[in-house]
Amino acid sequence: MDTYILYSAMVLSVFMAIPLYRSVVGPTVKDRIMGVNAIGSKTTVLLIMIGFIFGRVDMFIDIALAYALLNFIAVLAASRYFHKRKGLYQEMNR
Amino acid sequence: MNLISALLIAIGLFFFLGGSIGIIRLPDFYSRLHAAGMLDTMGLFLSMAGLALYVLTDFSFANVLVAIKIMLIVVFVFITSPTATHAIVDAGVRAVREPWTKDKKGGNPI
Repeated sequence: MDTYILYSAMVLSVFMAIPLYRSVVGPTVKDRIMGVNAIGSKTTVLLIMIGFIFGRVDMFIDIALAYALLNFIAVLAASRYFHKRKGLYQEMNR
Repeated sequence: MNLISALLIAIGLFFFLGGSIGIIRLPDFYSRLHAAGMLDTMGLFLSMAGLALYVLTDFSFANVLVAIKIMLIVVFVFITSPTATHAIVDAGVRAVREPWTKDKKGGNPI
């Protein structure tokens, strides 16, 4: 069962590469924020799987909880930062 | 018991895969955000449930607390992930992004 968790952790890290592509290519800033949000929510699961692999679960759960909190705050702050009025999209087209 | 948790983790990974593919292939920013926000939350719920179940296989009081903590993370993400997605959309709408429609081909070019 432990190797199963190890393999699922590897598969999950492969799945994390796809939003990374979206964050790099994404035409607008908000696509990038969404990519970061997707990676962040996958990282919390990955953290707990790593906790299982290392055998010390209760430590990694706290880390994963803190990471979920930080991910949420970061996405809110980033979207609040890019909260311009009409200008943002037009400027890009010019 | 192990089989159930293995199955739950597999289904959770499947939802994560769906979310990731949805992020790439969907044409417009809003539909992409829709896919990413929902499927990630569901994938997280299922895989966390599988992991919590796996913790509970050797039943002791400490493990019950660990499983409850895992479920606490799931509840927290259930509340915050849609809020975060809403914040992104809110920022997106302000920048006057017209949604992609079949004929009008609005949204972002890529």
